[in-house]
Amino acid sequence: MSELYARTVAELSEELRTGRVSSVELTRLFLGRSEQYQGELNAFITLSADAALEEAARADERLRAGHGGPLTGIPIAHKDIFCTRGERTSCGSRMLSNFVSPYDATVVERLRAAGAVMLGKTNMDEFAMGSSNETSFFGPVRNPWDPARVPGGSSGGSAAAVAARLVPAATGTDTGGSIRQPAALCGVTGIKPTYGRVSRYGMIAFASSLDQGGVLAINAEDAALMLAAMAGFDERDSTSVELPVPQLSATLEQPLRGVKIGLLKEFFDTGLDTGIEQCIQSAISALQAQGAVLREVSLPNLPLSVPTYYVVAPAECSSNLARFDGVRYGHRSERPRDLLDLYELSRRGLRCRGQAAHHGGDLCAVGRLLRCLLPACPARSGADQR
Amino acid sequence: MSVSRHDIENIARLARLALSDEEIPRYIDAMTRILGLVEQLNRVDTSNVTPMAHPLPGQRQRLRPDMVTESDQHELYQRNAPQVSAGLYLVPRVIE
Repeated sequence: MSELYARTVAELSEELRTGRVSSVELTRLFLGRSEQYQGELNAFITLSADAALEEAARADERLRAGHGGPLTGIPIAHKDIFCTRGERTSCGSRMLSNFVSPYDATVVERLRAAGAVMLGKTNMDEFAMGSSNETSFFGPVRNPWDPARVPGGSSGGSAAAVAARLVPAATGTDTGGSIRQPAALCGVTGIKPTYGRVSRYGMIAFASSLDQGGVLAINAEDAALMLAAMAGFDERDSTSVELPVPQLSATLEQPLRGVKIGLLKEFFDTGLDTGIEQCIQSAISALQAQGAVLREVSLPNLPLSVPTYYVVAPAECSSNLARFDGVRYGHRSERPRDLLDLYELSRRGLRCRGQAAHHGGDLCAVGRLLRCLLPACPARSGADQR
Repeated sequence: MSVSRHDIENIARLARLALSDEEIPRYIDAMTRILGLVEQLNRVDTSNVTPMAHPLPGQRQRLRPDMVTESDQHELYQRNAPQVSAGLYLVPRVIE
């Protein structure tokens, strides 16, 4: 067996259930690692050790009483885009750097109800706009595999935290690649569920018709355990889907024999880095060895996805971010002359102004497709990502 | 189609954003590019495409009865406000 910190949620859950380790011990272990690597990686915006240890003690009681579920007592982290009652929720921005949420997001509420222990809030690109985690007001996150490189974004703090095993799993959000791309760059598993599957209530909005909460984890089994607890209808989100959530973990052992997987022709037509092409080829061979059927497919409208995204996302972002005006909550400039001055000066705190149109995000995959997320290795920090 | 400096200054004023002189060319660039994307989309023939309101079939916008579901928590909510007095949000003078 590997070191405790390197184990999956499923393995840790077994350790907790059999009483070989307590949630308080696990929480101390992961808190210790998170604090130890904070200077190097900057994966967290807030670490809440005291609250976490209290939650862990409650989880231990639940486990002792035999009422634990698969996530009871498991330390996790939330992307700082999810509102957490009584804790700072900054969205990586100066505009909300002093905002203490008065309520919990549905995702937070559900994971709390499942007994997961929140260690803290992970770093992210400001208002989830960015793909390198360099736009955070709280400083860039570094890639644990090579601190000179970016972890991807906008859920870069969550991806780096899972990759460095500061937590076994974390939440993220994805509008145009913000879970999938950092998961790829940090070598972890990430899933953006279908729109409407996970409630957006209490998840700070960027582009409401594209935003979706999801998971960054060590493997698919853990992602399924997390998503099962997060997903499902929520009447507080008018776009939440009223459909039963499938038994996500039930398909894990299902053989791949005969499963059809599409290979997007358009992605392979563009120049891929040779190392990455080799990795994809070996993934294809591994899937074929399991009996999966790979077929080249074409999405002729694919070139329209980028223009569509960059018209829809900035328009919705502009509506959603208009509320940050320095009046009801968030950052307000010092000594404004008048109301106009208050708006204009307060919004100088927004680093992401005008950036939505610049950043190259990554777009939705359709159905079950094998695809390459980035045609090259992660850029070095400070390099132009456009 | 390109965007002029005057357009950007006007939009920034309406959006209540203060732009520095160095920022304006960046905004001209970005806005011109967005309009280019709109033109690209305008050239696509969508006459045979059914408008989609949701990626999953059969989903529609839900309605709910117009009923009060929240209790009054203004004190809690106003704890985040920069300046409050007697339950009101304070801002600088608007009219001289």
